[in-house]
Amino acid sequence: MEHQTLIVIGNGMVGHHFLEQFCQSPASEHYQLVVFGEEKQLAYDRVHLSEYFGGSTHADLAMATAEWYDAQGIELHLNEPVTSIDRENQIVTTPKGHYLYHQLVLATGSYPFVPPIAGNDQDGCFVYRTLADLDAIRASAAQARSGVVVGGGLLGLEAANALKSLGLQAHVVEFAPRLMPVQLDDQGGGLLRQKIEDLGVQVHTEKATTEISPGAEARLRMNFADDSHLDTDLIVFSAGIRPQDTLARACGLEVGERGGIVVNNQCTTSDPAIHAIGECALWNHRIFGLVAPGYTMARTLVAALNQDQDAAFTGADMSTKLKLLGVDVGSIGDAHAQIPGARNIRFHDEQSGHYRRMVLSQDGKKLLGAILVGDNGPYDTLLQYVLNGIELPDNPESLILPESEGGAPALGADALPDTASICSCHNVTKGDICCAIDAGCTDVGSVKTETRASTGCGGCSALLKKVVDSELEKRGVEVCTDLCEHFPYTRQELFHLVKVNGIRTFQNLISQYGKGQGCDICKPTVGSILASCWNEHVLATDHVPLQDTNDTFMANMQKNGTYSIVPRIPGGEITPDKLIVLGEVAKQYNLYTKITGGQRVDLFGATLSELPEIWEKLIAAGFETGHAYGKSLRTVKSCVGSTWCRYGVQDSVGMAIMLENRYKGLRAPHKVKMAVSGCTRECAEAQSKDFGVIATDKGWNLYVCGNGGMRPRHADLFATDLSDDELIRTIDRVVMFYVRTADRLQRTSVWLENLEGGLDYLKQVVLDDSLGIGEELEQHMAELVSTYRCEWKAAVEDPEKRKRFREFVNAPAQKDPVQQWTFERGQRRPVLEVVAS
Amino acid sequence: MKAPTNWVPVCTVDDLVADSGIAVWTEDGPVSVFYLPNRLPALFAVSHTDPFSGSNVLARGITGDINGEPVVASPIYKQHFSLRTGRCLEDEGVQIKVYPALLDGNRIRLEVPVVQAAPVAA
Ligand code: SRM
Ligand SMILES: Cc1cc2nc3c(=O)[nH]c(=O)nc-3n(C[C@H](O)[C@H](O)[C@H](O)COP(=O)(O)OP(=O)(O)OC[C@H]3O[C@@H](n4cnc5c(N)ncnc54)[C@H](O)[C@@H]3O)c2cc1C
Ligand code: SF4
Ligand code: FES
Repeated sequence: MEHQTLIVIGNGMVGHHFLEQFCQSPASEHYQLVVFGEEKQLAYDRVHLSEYFGGSTHADLAMATAEWYDAQGIELHLNEPVTSIDRENQIVTTPKGHYLYHQLVLATGSYPFVPPIAGNDQDGCFVYRTLADLDAIRASAAQARSGVVVGGGLLGLEAANALKSLGLQAHVVEFAPRLMPVQLDDQGGGLLRQKIEDLGVQVHTEKATTEISPGAEARLRMNFADDSHLDTDLIVFSAGIRPQDTLARACGLEVGERGGIVVNNQCTTSDPAIHAIGECALWNHRIFGLVAPGYTMARTLVAALNQDQDAAFTGADMSTKLKLLGVDVGSIGDAHAQIPGARNIRFHDEQSGHYRRMVLSQDGKKLLGAILVGDNGPYDTLLQYVLNGIELPDNPESLILPESEGGAPALGADALPDTASICSCHNVTKGDICCAIDAGCTDVGSVKTETRASTGCGGCSALLKKVVDSELEKRGVEVCTDLCEHFPYTRQELFHLVKVNGIRTFQNLISQYGKGQGCDICKPTVGSILASCWNEHVLATDHVPLQDTNDTFMANMQKNGTYSIVPRIPGGEITPDKLIVLGEVAKQYNLYTKITGGQRVDLFGATLSELPEIWEKLIAAGFETGHAYGKSLRTVKSCVGSTWCRYGVQDSVGMAIMLENRYKGLRAPHKVKMAVSGCTRECAEAQSKDFGVIATDKGWNLYVCGNGGMRPRHADLFATDLSDDELIRTIDRVVMFYVRTADRLQRTSVWLENLEGGLDYLKQVVLDDSLGIGEELEQHMAELVSTYRCEWKAAVEDPEKRKRFREFVNAPAQKDPVQQWTFERGQRRPVLEVVAS
Repeated sequence: MKAPTNWVPVCTVDDLVADSGIAVWTEDGPVSVFYLPNRLPALFAVSHTDPFSGSNVLARGITGDINGEPVVASPIYKQHFSLRTGRCLEDEGVQIKVYPALLDGNRIRLEVPVVQAAPVAA
């Protein structure tokens, strides 16, 4: 068969996707492909257009290279707009010539709508659609201080963010009473507005611009219908898009009343030789302003051109999930409850700034739509309920309530049917992913390459990972839990091996149970296990190479290579004499001093070789190491308690000092913090600690597994009204059980959350001794307590160990040349530029 | 032509710490010397300066091997550097200096470039 010519007008996202798909189809054998693009550049990712202001180039955003077009044999005409179509003779015309076609595809996209406002065409007025638009905005912004975006929809807010990133004071002017009127309701729009204003973007709603004139305080002035005005240096119109149907209109193709080239289910226009896909096409009276439906149209047309009788476009989901100016916004399905009988559940937390709305069917069984502002966490789950018509749980509100209030777990990947669409950009279903895995993919990366899932807008990446992980697990592919390449065991398993086999050195362990030389993951882990089991000095020759520098040198390394010194101050109680010593030592060595968040004093800026000298002085004055460097007990914070405080019911300081002295030096999977409060007012913040003790008139309440830090967690009440002895026995057991069973670098909070059976199980083990190991745990703790020694005391007294603290072993007088200092607020601090690449 | 170098003695065997590093001062600046007794060769010398923080700390990092390559992990931001090539495993473009090292009797010698005029022979 002779080659026919297929011409594509428009080299945008959808036009390119069409070519890519078409080239892979059998029909490509019979066609010579020719494409015309009005823009100078090869098709690029318009969805991520704004990244162009963040430093991305056209090459970064490009969807393919000229070489790819060459290799496919596609004739590419860039910077060459088609100016007319002669349907009778099947010829398209450009400024450069006439071209014959057999099949014609219109993929001309859309153009930004600029409202008919007097003066909208002056210098300083822009739209936001192409790389050329962005170049023009950037050039103008260089001499501007402020910018206005007309239109508070999706794109308008993105444009406002772009203006902000160019250093302009950004404004958004919206005609409607709220932002994102299409996707959000009043409450959601109001919250979004508040968040955006908090970021410094000024929002003006219900403003109709009547005229743009020269400004007084800036280049331009916008005059509004309510007689107010706003001066600005530049204006970006983002008041919606209109389908680019000029060519189609001119050649007499059927177009919609409000624009758009009318197409049928096969994406063919009123002329059987002409097709339209993407934003220029009007299907079932609808225009689709998103990339995913355009891609679906492209695939449908490819199938139709390959004589596939079933090829049909059936509409598309317009749900959107975005981060606008750093604010999560999601809109799913029938967000405005327009389906008759629909009912709403709303959750609005003004404190955290989260708004969530679910639209349910009349019988409450199905989810029809949803709106999210502030946190898109539930988006994936809600979308799956809508798209797959999955029946809602009995308490549907749990889907949008914060988890701690008994929320339902996210819809497991398991629960999704094989037909569930995981990636709408590339039309990848759960079934497709399963196929890819059956064909040999064993991780997210290879599934991505194989199915292209998650390579479009990227919105589906979290869900994709969930599906892949759950499917791999189903097939018995183990998600690897090995500690590192040297040990095929978890920390817990290694702990067991060490303990049961009485192993006392790393070399012994790795030669029996591992391979290679070890690394910075397994060495400190094993070091900590050995210390938990046998409590030998961390600087014993065999242990030195296992430790992080902080443990090796028993001080925390600072950014310039110097160290900090934190002597123990149990319970935060310190005598004036000791305070004076701290001051004197700090003065002598020129150390920066600061009261820490743990009720003690940190001395910063000691060089390696100064550490033993300084500790010698501190030890002589009665101080001990504070283990600020170790994965071990840090501080036991206390309030002043019954000895002074008129409300105190027990001696919290006494108890804190007792606990601190008991558990100091204990090596654990991660650091352990404690606190004791003298009454329920809780001034020691005990409920934020791994172990929190609060006095009652009958004794002590014990709380466990709290955490401050990166993910705060309130401690759980574990036992009430304990006597001193009961308290200590209980803490002994919990601590030892944690040391034995937690993962490497796992705080007690995360440990408890991952412990099967949770708090109840822990109570059974510790309080009811369900495993019969209670006494053994106590015994183990008693051994550790009785073998405690201050590591620093042992180090300064041993000349061999002191040798480790020489900065340069061959040049004792040589100072480290990078350590340069400056003075601030009366103290010394380092000057150090980070040279990193 | 190769730039002139000296094999300078920097420390003795007693100064070394098995499976760990020590720092020495040379005319070329601070250098860390590692001793990994379970490997052949067992001696490695690389710059002591961590290129990511600019601090002189690499001798205080944890040693080991990653896929068989002997490495030290920076104690500051934990990047790994090959002890053989000085290359950073996390960032191809970053490399630290490597110094040939040898055992001469009880002494460790490093090959260090000669700075300016060669020292006058005594
Ligand atoms: C000095 C101090 C800040 C201060 O100036 O007040 C501090 C300083 C450091 N903290 Fe902290 N933390 C200090 C109190 C806290 C507190 C408050 C408290 O203990 O009441 C917290 C939150 C409470 C908690 O841990 O639950 C805290 C949560 C963290 C975290 C996050 C832990 C978490 O579970 O999320 C880290 C990072 C880590 O451990 O992985 C951290 C790590 C660090 C490191 C070790 C970072 C590092 O690797 O260099 C800092 C060492 C400085 C040094 O050289 O001593 N620091 N850190 C405080 C020392 C208290 C003390 O006397 O020992
Ligand atoms: C800033 C921005 C952010 C966006 N964010 C998202 C998002 O997060 N999610 C999402 O789904 N969508 C988003 N979109 C929309 C998405 O980019 C479009 O849906 C998609 O680009 C449509 O593809 P298309 O090929 O139909 O049109 P286009 O990509 O616009 O391509 C049409 C091409 O045809 C050319 N053309 C027009 N007329 C002619 C002619 N006569 N001759 C030759 N060439 C012609 C045009 O110059 C243009 O290059 C965003 C758009 C913008 C501008
Ligand atoms: S909060 Fe961060 S910066 Fe401040 S001391 Fe803790 S770790 Fe260092
Ligand atoms: S949904 Fe856009 S990449 Fe998957």
